[in-house]
Amino acid sequence: MDRKGRPDVGLKLNRRQFFKVSAAGLGSTGLIVAGLAPTDAHAEVRQYKLTRARETRNTCTYCSVGCGLLMYGLGDGAKNTKAEIIHIEGDPDHPVSRGALCPKGAGLLDFIHSPGRLKYPEVREAGSKEWKRISWHEAITRVAQHMKADRDANVVATNADGVPINRWLSTAMLTASASSNETGILTQKFMRSLGIVATDAQARVCHGPTVSALASTFGRGAMTNSWVDIKNADFILVMGGNAAEAHPVGFRWAIEAKKQRGAKLIVVDPRFNRTAAVADHYVPIRAGSDIAFLGGIINWLITHDKIQWDYVKAFTNASALIREGYGFDEGLFSGFDEKTHKYDRASWNYEFDAKGEIVTDPTLAHPRCVWNLLKAHYARYTPEVVSNLTGSPVEGFLLVCQHLGETAVANKVGTILYALGWTQHTTGTQNIRTMAMIQLLLGNIGMPGGGVNALRGHSNIQGLSDLGLLSTSLPGYLTLPNEKQHPTLETYLSANTPQALRPGQLNYWANTPKFFVSLMKWFWGDKATKDNHWGYDWLPKWDKMYDVLQIVEMMDQGQINGFIVQGFNPMGSFPDANKVARAFAKLKYMVIIDPIATETSTFWQNHGDINPVDPAQIATEVFRLPSTCFAEEDGAIVNSSRWLQWHWKGAEPPGEAKSDQEIIGELFTALRDLYRKDGGKVAEPILNLSWAYANPQAPTPEELAKELNGRALADIPDPADKTKVLVKKGEQLPGFATLQDDGSTSCACWIFSGCWTQAGNQMARRDNTDTGLGNTPGWAWAWPANRRILYNRASCDAAGKPWDPNRRLIAWNGEKWAGIDVPDFKVDAAPETGMNPFIMNPEGFGRLFSVDKLVDGPFPEHYEPMESPIGTNPLHPKVVSSPTVRIFKTDRDRLGKHTEFPYVGTTYRLTEHFQFWTKSVRLLAIAQPEQFVEIGETLAAEKGIHAGDWVKVSSNRGFIKARAVVTKRIKALTVNKQTVHQIGIPLHWGWETVAKKGHLTNRLPPAVGDCNTQTPEYKAFLVNLEKA
Amino acid sequence: MPLQSLDILRRSATTTPSTQVRAPVEVAKLIDVTTCIGCKACQVACSEWNDIREEVGECVGVYDNPRDLSANAWTVMRFNETEENGKLEWLIRKDGCMHCADPGCLKSCPSPGAIIQYKNGIVDFNEENCIGCGYCVTGCPFNVPRISKQDNKAYKCSLCSDRVAVGQEPACVKTCPTGAIQFGSKEDMKEVAAGRVAELKTRGYDQAGLYDPQGVGGTHVMYVLHHADKPGLYSGLPANPTISPLVSLWKGVAKPLATLVLAGVALGSLFHYVTTGPNEVAKEIEDEIEAEDREKEDAQ
Amino acid sequence: MIRDPKDLKRYTASERANHWVVGMCFILLALSGLAFFHPAFFPLTQFFGGPVWARILHPFIGILMAVSFVSIFLRFRKLNLMTATDVEWLKRSREMVTGDDHNMPEQGKYNGGQKMLFWVLAIGMLLMTVSGILIWRAYFHFDITLVRLGAVVHAGMAAVMIALIFVHVYAAIWVKGTIRAMWYGTVTRAWAKQHHRAWYRQVTGK
Repeated sequence: MDRKGRPDVGLKLNRRQFFKVSAAGLGSTGLIVAGLAPTDAHAEVRQYKLTRARETRNTCTYCSVGCGLLMYGLGDGAKNTKAEIIHIEGDPDHPVSRGALCPKGAGLLDFIHSPGRLKYPEVREAGSKEWKRISWHEAITRVAQHMKADRDANVVATNADGVPINRWLSTAMLTASASSNETGILTQKFMRSLGIVATDAQARVCHGPTVSALASTFGRGAMTNSWVDIKNADFILVMGGNAAEAHPVGFRWAIEAKKQRGAKLIVVDPRFNRTAAVADHYVPIRAGSDIAFLGGIINWLITHDKIQWDYVKAFTNASALIREGYGFDEGLFSGFDEKTHKYDRASWNYEFDAKGEIVTDPTLAHPRCVWNLLKAHYARYTPEVVSNLTGSPVEGFLLVCQHLGETAVANKVGTILYALGWTQHTTGTQNIRTMAMIQLLLGNIGMPGGGVNALRGHSNIQGLSDLGLLSTSLPGYLTLPNEKQHPTLETYLSANTPQALRPGQLNYWANTPKFFVSLMKWFWGDKATKDNHWGYDWLPKWDKMYDVLQIVEMMDQGQINGFIVQGFNPMGSFPDANKVARAFAKLKYMVIIDPIATETSTFWQNHGDINPVDPAQIATEVFRLPSTCFAEEDGAIVNSSRWLQWHWKGAEPPGEAKSDQEIIGELFTALRDLYRKDGGKVAEPILNLSWAYANPQAPTPEELAKELNGRALADIPDPADKTKVLVKKGEQLPGFATLQDDGSTSCACWIFSGCWTQAGNQMARRDNTDTGLGNTPGWAWAWPANRRILYNRASCDAAGKPWDPNRRLIAWNGEKWAGIDVPDFKVDAAPETGMNPFIMNPEGFGRLFSVDKLVDGPFPEHYEPMESPIGTNPLHPKVVSSPTVRIFKTDRDRLGKHTEFPYVGTTYRLTEHFQFWTKSVRLLAIAQPEQFVEIGETLAAEKGIHAGDWVKVSSNRGFIKARAVVTKRIKALTVNKQTVHQIGIPLHWGWETVAKKGHLTNRLPPAVGDCNTQTPEYKAFLVNLEKA
Repeated sequence: MPLQSLDILRRSATTTPSTQVRAPVEVAKLIDVTTCIGCKACQVACSEWNDIREEVGECVGVYDNPRDLSANAWTVMRFNETEENGKLEWLIRKDGCMHCADPGCLKSCPSPGAIIQYKNGIVDFNEENCIGCGYCVTGCPFNVPRISKQDNKAYKCSLCSDRVAVGQEPACVKTCPTGAIQFGSKEDMKEVAAGRVAELKTRGYDQAGLYDPQGVGGTHVMYVLHHADKPGLYSGLPANPTISPLVSLWKGVAKPLATLVLAGVALGSLFHYVTTGPNEVAKEIEDEIEAEDREKEDAQ
Repeated sequence: MIRDPKDLKRYTASERANHWVVGMCFILLALSGLAFFHPAFFPLTQFFGGPVWARILHPFIGILMAVSFVSIFLRFRKLNLMTATDVEWLKRSREMVTGDDHNMPEQGKYNGGQKMLFWVLAIGMLLMTVSGILIWRAYFHFDITLVRLGAVVHAGMAAVMIALIFVHVYAAIWVKGTIRAMWYGTVTRAWAKQHHRAWYRQVTGK
């Protein structure tokens, strides 16, 4: 595995070619000397430019498909050569991408060499108009001093109840979803030791709702199946996403299903988009009305008896009884408090028997069983009601119902590909929930070719979610302690260690203490002892969630002084950018860690009406620290299918850029030195933090990856035979099953345990053998325990036989579960034990009724976006939008009305660009050079707008100016008897660019988020349109 | 001693045959328009591999960027919105060199070896030999070659002849996310296309078909179209491309004919001279003039 | 060659210079043009510093020739108006070619053949210039059909013109005493009397 992860197969051929080239060189030189060459015209192809270039394996840094890359560097690896990357193409061995790359991946070379790359540490002093180059030493020293001063002044040691909370809110930090797991986990350690709770990663503005929706339904918050598995589908619905546009290479497997299986593909979207261009059918929909559409499907499936009954009865909570008192009336579920706008969720729960187990009615006759409640809830969603709310034609809606309905049998499977079109709504979580319920009704969960496939955004947004880089999270989907609910370790563990709710369930979260104690041992090493509750008091405790909207609100209120921004561009990506700019200007210091120049780092620069600020009025000190990009570092990132793929460094970073690990390492050690030298408030968590890296200023990816896996701190005895040792002291753990709650194991992220065992780095594995159905268990490593399709126990019936013999993933062989995938189940639990397939849920069921897991209801209900184009909710006019929305007063005042802003604006990505980075990539700037908005022909004609005209789109919060793309692909819809026009607004523009300068699209959308996760509502808001 | 990575079938402006003995497999690129999502990965991969960068342009109200082929953009996606049988379709076609079996560019090119047709079907420009006259543009039935403003040489897709020469597929083919671009022997590609056409017919595209226009002898870049009966829907793909009769006349009959005529006139003159002799002033007239002069002198 | 003061002035210095500018241009254009026309002639590009220079220079030389020819045209157009005698001459030209000019009608400064050449060249020059501009890609971008038409016309007309110039040159060689008219401007009276008797009478008054 020289050539960094690449088997040495090409070498012989290459050498041959090399000799050939040399001979040719000699030959042609001779000809030139003889004076013959110019007239003797050779017919020669351009020489192959990679013959002896050094090849390095890497993973694409943009999206979560995680395509394999081969990077080619100048020279053959000799020491005297600087291996600048000269070419990047797809890795043909990669099971998902198979050599393909989308335009962004294909243009990575221009990202690495972008003129926007940062090369030296810089500072922008208060009120200054320009950057000043500084040394790393000065940068780190000044930042550390700022941080310490702010922390000493503002960290809160204990709350009013005397609970140690180590909470430092006056400095916030954003973390990078394109950075590696190793950077992520180091950042987690760094932040929490300091007490930072005001923190978020891109997951917040992206797939937050996916985690809450899927976890509350199935037990885990991740894409259920894998990219390649999409090829096993018979029907593919793309709704709430635009897979061809945002995940082109993953989408290849949908095309494969079409070609090989004759699968049908339907797109439901406000725009006839690039996915629709290759779909069998396209159905238009009004942005923000997805629950109406999906709820209508549930109703149709029930009334047409398109239910996979055996599956529903065995594996879902359809038969469970819900306690008395639960109800839904006029848009409100039981338990609503008008004052707080919150629900008391006590009534949204199962009826338990004396043993604390769920009461069920397998006949589904009981009026309070989930099935009957479900039926009643969605009976209102008739096709006509659906069409009236969504604007979708009834025929189109029925087409989707029929196609989905056909998969309600054992040997037909349908899948859904969605992304931010569902998450970025005030009802984001419930959008996804509705689809998850549909898939349960159809028996499509756990099945090859089925699932609810959340197509994640950034290349490692899955990893950063897994690592808990969110305000109230810890690694492995453990929660950060809450000061009220979990004042002590005991209260924390008891609240987070559920009891099984049905007999014989695996109830995997019963192991929470093992995960948590091992995590604490990782945080504080030897300093974490049983006596000090494993350092529990040092962990910061939260009082409320400090998501990005909350953080900006606090900045705007002057409550935050410092802002550390690691690989994130909030100026571009947060909603209501005018408010964001105003908030940033109130900061005392800002620290940017990024490979490229971002609008955030230059929010203080004036760019005319694109950024109309006065630098002299902005006193924020901005430090800009150049970091490496993917090509210049080792590490692993997690793709949407939960694969941890290791990648290798192919070149040195430009200028003085350093890896994030080095930057965090230097910053932490500088801070620790200050605390050691000068003392300071709540210093213990910092001074006691385990930082046992060979070079404390630069922890290596290998060291950190091994910590993610975890190791034994003492000999671990075999539970079956106590005389034997399962894992010797100091050895890497084989997996999370060996984690202990007695402090004898240390593990930074329990779900990643197994990624770097005694056998070595499992994430670096590159065996692409297909064990069947496109499953490649030898390629990299997937959490949990290298399982590739989640809930795969549900691919078999109650007796353990595959529902579809042609989709045999695993099966009960009389002794254990076995097959082509790692069983997502207790391997030796026989079908007769009645253990249910959803092992993370204490009842083992897939939840049609999500009980009390979500804040806005156990069943999804259609609510209008905060800015509704019809201004009412025909289902229940008294409750128009979601009653549990959290919105700050300043933001509520900035909402617009449909009378003034009559059109629905919806923002989205283009396939040529990735968020706000790729405008700095020349190849992509060429492919999509300038900001535009998409307008339907009818609306354009009304306004006298022609293709290519400049238009101004404004909301109650701001405006943008862009070119008009006038298209047949957006049609006016009739909603509640009104004509509704939608305007499509791609989001990629700004002023740090090699493309044409453009406005920040997020000047337009409101700062309000999904009720459960606060993921902002970028997808449906009101705008006006005029010719500019 | 020319270094030949690929065997040559024809060279421009060359009247003697090239290597004819070896017979490597004929290759083709198949573009399945029906599975193309217009993501432009092929455009980007092409520019990246070939080290070309077009200027950053402007949005003119459509998705097409760069707006057109150029010396720095050898392939571009062309988008067309159309309603066929009451159903909206967004037809997206990757435009670029078709690598004709009977290439109009090569036929027109006056510079020996500036355009080469390899035996595997690739038509390649060797810019070193290009004189920048633009005749290839005149000759191309698909309007593909472009003359660079920088060096006045003609450029177009080479079907990554450098990659194909070492056994690799073209950059656009490799990168295509959805597998809409495929590469292989021409025979295999036709078979793949037949499979696609059959599959499309099951989805109601009765007019689906392969675009391999025989007017130019077939091409080594072929399209699978849903509406093979209306190639014009795909941003003006010509229905029946041939080398223009004007070009055929110019670089066909006219060439030998005119050469013969010129040779004939030259030789005719020569033989006229040697057979008829010079046309000199008649002796009597010279005598007359002399006589006149003498008279004059005498008069004085 | 003995120069006789009694020789007749046929061309002024300026006319001769004008002619030779056109003539040289024509030769250069023919050489470079033929090089692009047929591979057999491609090596001719070496006269111009290689094929690229040939391609670059050719149209500029063409412009020079076109402008110079306009001057020639203006100078000589009246003298080249066809008359009934010219038609008679043309009818009998075969006799002349075979060596018997006894029955040729009396000619003015130009005979019917020369006039024919003049007009065909004039039309040819026009067509060459127009079609040349159509295919001059470095500076112009016309519709492809026009360009193709231009290419055919340019090539076809060029062949015709080269052939005519062959005849023109050959005629000058064949008819002894002619070339000196374009070298130093004079012809002998005998030559004039023999070949252009009407002109001879006109200039000598005899």
